[in-house]
Amino acid sequence: MSSSRKGSWTFVVAAAVTVFLLDGVFVHAKSFEDVRCKCICPPYRNITGHIYNRNVSQKDCTCLHVVEPMPVPGHDVEAYCLLCECKYEERSSNTIKVTIIIYLSVVGALLLYMLFLLLVDPLIRKHDPYTQPLHNEEDSEEMRPQVDNSQARGNTMLERVEGAQQRWKKQVQEQRKTVFDRHKMLS
Amino acid sequence: MESEQLYHRGYCRNSYNSIASASSDEELLDGAGVIMDFHTTEDDNLLDGDAASPGSNYAMSNGGGAASSTTHLLDFLEEPIPGVGTYDDFHTIDWVREKCKDRERHRKINSKKKESAWEFTKSLYDAWSGWLVVTLTGLASGALAGLIDIAADWMNDLKEGVCLSAMWFNHEQCCWTSNETTFAERDKCPQWKSWAELILGQAEGPGSYIMNYFMYIYWALSFAFLAVCLVKVFAPYACGSGIPEIKTILSGFIIRGYLGKWTLMIKTITLVLAVASGLSLGKEGPLVHVACCCGNIFSYLFPKYSKNEAKKREVLSAASAAGVSVAFGAPIGGVLFSLEEVSYYFPLKTLWRSFFAALVAAFVLRSINPFGNSRLVLFYVEYHTPWYLFELIPFILLGVFGGLWGAFFIRANIAWCRRRKSTRFGKFPVLEVILVAAITAVVAFPNPYTRQNTSELIKELFTDCGPLESSQLCQYRLQMNGSKASEGGPNRPAGPGVYSAMWQLCLALIFKIIMTIFTFGLKVPSGLFIPSMAIGAIAGRIVGIAVEQLAYYHHDWFLFKEWCEVGADCITPGLYAMVGAAACLGGVTRMTVSLVVIVFELTGGLEYIVPLMAAVMTSKWVGDAFGREGIYEAHIRLNGYPFLDAKEEFTHTTLAREVMRPRRSDPPLAVLTQDDLTVEELQSVINETSYNGFPVIVSKESQRLVGFALRRDITIAIENARRKQEGIVLSSRVYFTQHAPTLPADSPRPLKLRSILDMSPFTVTDHTPMEIVVDIFRKLGLRQCLVTHNGIVLGIITKKNILEHLEELKQHMEPLVTSPAPITHVTLPLLPTLAPVSLGSASFGGLHETWCEKLLTVPGFKPQAFFSLFSHFLFSLC
Repeated sequence: MSSSRKGSWTFVVAAAVTVFLLDGVFVHAKSFEDVRCKCICPPYRNITGHIYNRNVSQKDCTCLHVVEPMPVPGHDVEAYCLLCECKYEERSSNTIKVTIIIYLSVVGALLLYMLFLLLVDPLIRKHDPYTQPLHNEEDSEEMRPQVDNSQARGNTMLERVEGAQQRWKKQVQEQRKTVFDRHKMLS
Repeated sequence: MESEQLYHRGYCRNSYNSIASASSDEELLDGAGVIMDFHTTEDDNLLDGDAASPGSNYAMSNGGGAASSTTHLLDFLEEPIPGVGTYDDFHTIDWVREKCKDRERHRKINSKKKESAWEFTKSLYDAWSGWLVVTLTGLASGALAGLIDIAADWMNDLKEGVCLSAMWFNHEQCCWTSNETTFAERDKCPQWKSWAELILGQAEGPGSYIMNYFMYIYWALSFAFLAVCLVKVFAPYACGSGIPEIKTILSGFIIRGYLGKWTLMIKTITLVLAVASGLSLGKEGPLVHVACCCGNIFSYLFPKYSKNEAKKREVLSAASAAGVSVAFGAPIGGVLFSLEEVSYYFPLKTLWRSFFAALVAAFVLRSINPFGNSRLVLFYVEYHTPWYLFELIPFILLGVFGGLWGAFFIRANIAWCRRRKSTRFGKFPVLEVILVAAITAVVAFPNPYTRQNTSELIKELFTDCGPLESSQLCQYRLQMNGSKASEGGPNRPAGPGVYSAMWQLCLALIFKIIMTIFTFGLKVPSGLFIPSMAIGAIAGRIVGIAVEQLAYYHHDWFLFKEWCEVGADCITPGLYAMVGAAACLGGVTRMTVSLVVIVFELTGGLEYIVPLMAAVMTSKWVGDAFGREGIYEAHIRLNGYPFLDAKEEFTHTTLAREVMRPRRSDPPLAVLTQDDLTVEELQSVINETSYNGFPVIVSKESQRLVGFALRRDITIAIENARRKQEGIVLSSRVYFTQHAPTLPADSPRPLKLRSILDMSPFTVTDHTPMEIVVDIFRKLGLRQCLVTHNGIVLGIITKKNILEHLEELKQHMEPLVTSPAPITHVTLPLLPTLAPVSLGSASFGGLHETWCEKLLTVPGFKPQAFFSLFSHFLFSLC
């Protein structure tokens, strides 16, 4: 059971990654704003430096197409353009948007869950003070029968989730002890 | 005649009852030269002498290891007990056993292949699963790296302001289409609002400066607080850089949950927060951890990898290559990093898979294009200027600086971490993070070079001054003669901008040096690469500008005269920054080849390989002069992970007898007899001792070795038998032999435990030099090794014993040079508590070779062949 759950979890991650990729790689619907040709022209004679920024295709990304209006008279254009440096850049604003939204929602969800675990959960758990130490003993004594028991007990979805959550909490507790209290790792 | 004598001698030895009282060993061991004879010629004789039990034949000859292990494994497969062959948390895997298991599985699949189309498909799937899992790992780590890059950039700019038109853009992206055409306004655009503009409505003036300052600190603190809270609540293993732990895991240690999904998620999330909080840390090291988590999670999809710890480590090696590949945009550098720095066992197959994973990851990241510059890293630069021979002097000086910095950093950081580990101060991780973040933010804001993101700082330092650069570093005074004036080439007198940049950079250098020491080891994800590179880049840039000005003002010196004509390009300060960065990183991590390749992939030019090599090599030499460990090894040692380093040579002349347990004063070795124990007795042996494995001997009288059984396997097998088999009670006889011993008619049904017995345990004789034993442990990745004398088991050596021995010798040789703490504190604190071990303890695997050796020996890596070769070698020595 645990391996199948792990598997399904992995598939969820894989799916999320794929969606992310599809968004990033294949949906290259280059919107109007997603390409630019930026020409930076340094000071020349008595003209101050300028930055020109236009939406043009990659092959048109030259000083002649982008710098408009041309600040110098016709015979000087070539010399002026030699100094300018044009760079074609593209981005995917959709990817950025989606990434930031995904990121913020995950952080938000984790924040809520953290608050739940720290504030609400102890209040709920207070009702049955006997179950907690019992669980502990059982778990620390023998891992194996515990797993079997939870398999046998976990009939409904909710119970299973509950069991998984308890086991996970135990693991984190253990990790916390290792890292923060005993300083056996990562110090 | 002689052999008969020997036989007799050996026989006498057999009747020895207490193997621990080895005080009379000397008389027996005098004729070491002859004992070899005995081993080669009389072995069979001896065995036949009391081969009352068939099956004991296997145990003693290592030469027959291959055959016996096959039998053993066939047995194993016939009656598999769930759980046998797995490992506990904080235990070490047995590489040899895992390798055998995999070969057996492979053979089984191959033999079934022809049976049906379905089996054929399964074999194909099995053959391809290696490539599939690295592909998935590459995809995932590339995507996650993209996410981290984009999110970290955005959050970092959130400290300064916000994009009103589109919340999700960072400063640069926000001003993507802005049409501010003059140089003065190039960094401003109406869409981007600083916090002062938003709150106070004014962009200039002291009020807005204070407002921005305040908001900067506020955001930095809240990011740091959120990061450390998430780490503490959800996944404590997500903190730190992760590379020391991954090194240990790859060497064959088990840390459950270290590469799990929660660690992955929390590390990804908090890494962004930690980078954005402006702490002096980078995301490169943690990215390796993230990639390894991906590798571990995906390996659960494939039974080939999920069930075999040794195979899983091949995937992790590939994953770490993918991690560096996306961190630096250097696929080849990533593969070499995996080979040089993190991997323990690196067969050629893994090399190709690492390469592929690195490639896939780099491709994915490139497709996401997180920086909008079509590159994988922010600080990608291209130089086209040549370098001159005399410049090697400053480059080597930079190397010296890098080495000194590395040595200083390692000592200071380790001392600080030890303090955190051993005093009460370590009890307040959240407070510590907040404090460091607050100090960092308060000090960093006034200085533009520390205020900005470290990656951006590196980019600015690496970039050469061209006509298009607007940074303060490039404010050179214009030259008088008009035509040159517009050309912004280097080698001009420095303007006031450059001078003010210089002292700001000096302050930034001091600040970074101090803060990095206190930051690395905080309980947030924190990498070391970026701060080290930043320090090196700052130093390099300062040196570069100094040399440049020197060349300008003294162009008639013989050095400069030859190469630097007035007005010509000759010194590239950006290149100095890059060399300095490489040197500092080399000083801290003591990497060489992979570092040079990573940096040259950053520059995309082979031209600068010689300066880089010179600087990196110098920094390694200088660093090694002050202490041979890199920062990762130092942290491994500080935490007491069971990691047998191949870089250190074992030069002492101790013998196996002196290292083995039990020591003379200890109680005798806990052993099991092969057929006269009851379940109850066996359980009491297991409960009374904390050893993780027990040698199985023929009988109390003969004391000769049959095999080795692991504690975990015994526990699981007994439990399993009592649940599944009828008639197993406490008084049942346990036997490890092929056939059940003859028992009285009314006795309960005996329990056969042959399937969990390792009948080819590795043995050495008590006179084997430790040099060889250490080598065997490194190269074969043993979990433990039994010490025998005339076929009689005397004791056991585990990896922990070896590590303790090394530590002891080290303390003896250089009394407390590096560790002011008491010896007891230094010696492997992890092991005694986490793995309650001593004799048959969790001992650990390791196939340690130097990196070039890895390539050379890999194709023919066959443990069994090694076995016979080694045992012959050993015997011929004794």
